[in-house]
Amino acid sequence: MALRLPSKVLKHILSFIDSNEDRNSVSLVCKSWFETERKTRKRVFVGNCYAVTPAAVARRFPAMRSLTLKGKPHFADYNLVPDGWGGYACPWIESMAAKSPYLEEIRLKRMVVTDDCLERIAASFKNFKVLVLTSCEGFSTDGIAAIASTCRNLRVLELRECIVEDLGGDWLSYFPETSTSLVSLDFSCLDSEVKISDLERLVSRSPNLKSLKLNPAVTLDGLVSILRRAPQLTELGTGSFAAELKPEAFTKLSKAFSNCKQLQSLSGLWDVLPEYLPALYSVCPGLTSLNLSYATVRMPDLVELLRRCSKLQKLWVMDLIEDKGLEAVASYCKELRELRVFPSEPDLDATNIPVTEQGLVYVSKGCRKLESVLYFCVQFTNAALITIARKRPNLKCFRLCVIEPFAPDYKTNEPLDKGFKAIAEGCKDLRRLSVSGLLSDKAFKYIGKHAKKVRMLSIAFAGDSDLMLHHLLSGCESLKKLEIRDCPFGDTALLENAAKLETMRSLWMSSCFVSFGACKLLSQKMPRLNVEVIDEHPPKTRPESSPVERIYIYRTVAGPRMDTPEFVWTLHKNPEIGVSKLAIK
Amino acid sequence: MAYEKKVNELNLKDTELCLGLPGRTEEIKEEQEVSCVKSNNKRQFEETRDEEESTPPTKTQIVGWPPVRSYRKNNSVSYVKVSMDGAPYLRKIDLKTYKNYPELLKALENMFKFTVGEYSEREGYKGSGFVPTYEDKDGDWMLVGDVPWDMFSSSCKRLRIMKGSDAPTLDASL
Repeated sequence: MALRLPSKVLKHILSFIDSNEDRNSVSLVCKSWFETERKTRKRVFVGNCYAVTPAAVARRFPAMRSLTLKGKPHFADYNLVPDGWGGYACPWIESMAAKSPYLEEIRLKRMVVTDDCLERIAASFKNFKVLVLTSCEGFSTDGIAAIASTCRNLRVLELRECIVEDLGGDWLSYFPETSTSLVSLDFSCLDSEVKISDLERLVSRSPNLKSLKLNPAVTLDGLVSILRRAPQLTELGTGSFAAELKPEAFTKLSKAFSNCKQLQSLSGLWDVLPEYLPALYSVCPGLTSLNLSYATVRMPDLVELLRRCSKLQKLWVMDLIEDKGLEAVASYCKELRELRVFPSEPDLDATNIPVTEQGLVYVSKGCRKLESVLYFCVQFTNAALITIARKRPNLKCFRLCVIEPFAPDYKTNEPLDKGFKAIAEGCKDLRRLSVSGLLSDKAFKYIGKHAKKVRMLSIAFAGDSDLMLHHLLSGCESLKKLEIRDCPFGDTALLENAAKLETMRSLWMSSCFVSFGACKLLSQKMPRLNVEVIDEHPPKTRPESSPVERIYIYRTVAGPRMDTPEFVWTLHKNPEIGVSKLAIK
Repeated sequence: MAYEKKVNELNLKDTELCLGLPGRTEEIKEEQEVSCVKSNNKRQFEETRDEEESTPPTKTQIVGWPPVRSYRKNNSVSYVKVSMDGAPYLRKIDLKTYKNYPELLKALENMFKFTVGEYSEREGYKGSGFVPTYEDKDGDWMLVGDVPWDMFSSSCKRLRIMKGSDAPTLDASL
């Protein structure tokens, strides 16, 4: 008779396991482990809201206290997914309201959230504590007011880069008059002014407040008065830093910052004038995270600031930092783990991008702990990529955007195959990779061969043929999300590697050469995949062999979705299109 | 060269994004937003410019490229050159940092150490001998202040502060 671990003991052991990946493995061991695990999972993560039904999630995890959901595919961030595609939060909220009333935390990313939805959340979850909406849309400040006024135990309210219908700043006055349990408030994406007096009073009666991110409408004066009331902040997002420079204003600001002795993270800084930067000097030595990506500050003012940030682990900055600024970062910010350099002029025709590959090479050489990179520049070289790979084998996330499509190594005129080969081969722990520049199928052969831990891969304007896709789908063992645009491959590789798609969360392809016929065939072959053709034109109006605009394929146990708009074509929804007569050559 | 071969293989017509009902492709041609990049953007561009003199050259745009969130794009810089008659070198300002005409004029006054006089719709700027003008998208020189701010800031390509006797008064041109 096999020995079984008593479920009480197993339960106790599982209480130490937070990682959902580990819990997923635990649940596969045997039925009793599955049962014990599911009854004890508190934090549930659903990477694709259409992969499973809300009812199934509620049923499986009765102890759920925290739900994280993601909706639209990542390329929606760059306007590649038409409005109205989907990703609605309502069905989830409705379901949870009925079945998981003890839910305390909801985190949504790229979803459509309505005011009704927010009101439902406020009304249904008595102990609601955390609401984080990232890149969401569809709601107004009225919905926020409902959350503020009804959720008496609210600790976290964060609106990160959401598109909100801003009906004015009144929502802030809806927080209860008695002291609040707020720990974190982020309204940086809202446009309109909030009354400073409302904000001051809220901050004064929120003794646990640690993180506050203001919107650009908050002036410097407002900031000073807030900081005076909340010197305990560890994270601060300022409002607008543009104001006429008066000596008294500067002194007040400086003093306010110097009293914030626990500040570790700083962001906002919209329109910051270089003359105001010295007011920040006192907090620099303690900063671990600095987001200057909205600050049009230039050299040498940037260096004056950065050389004081010796503990900096995360730096987001505009390319105005130039190569020489990055050289300074390499020598002063030895603790740097994450670097993001954004283009100040994100236009295809911009010729003046002031960073080159050299800037990234400096940082790769000087910052030993660097593990995450997002870098925009005009062109690159294989030599630089090879150096970066050699110096930083510990890279976990490498996203390079060479803005000029098909740009070869500008020194040798070769494709960047060798460079990305070095990255794939050298950085054995690489989990996320974005490639760009001129790349042949060879580059993808190397990536397929070496990038065994890559989970997310983004590709644009690359490759020569179907082989590219074939190398990736057959080689990258850990691949979970693949997103491709404007690459010249078609049906063969997709159909040959159909089984792989069930091991992945999703595949996005736009402006490639996948035909409608292949999509139909794939859909018929693989019932546990939803194959969505996202195309403004009905497929009937074109021959089956002509390429579709976009396809989004994802595994699901929820079956075909019922909320598709008219421009999303699926075999389920459009059975009149019938069985494919197309023979795959 | 792999570069050119690659792009010629991309059959652009089939994959051209068209936001409208099928059959409207002719009308939409003016606003070229192509999902696949056309090779040698600039070269092709110059070829068509002679043919279409009436429409000002538009930037070839690729949807969603570079991959920067529109949220972030709204905060990017848009510099225009500013010249003042008699000044030895030009300056550059980011129009996005100003919300209205008074802010802009004040910044210009600070930058070049002058005052701009009073603006009236009928007579333009009077009282100082300095006249702020700008070149718009069509290549015409206009008086700063005539059109609403948003229209101005999106169509202004460069600024020129005309000075003294060089600055023609409005009645002189009548």
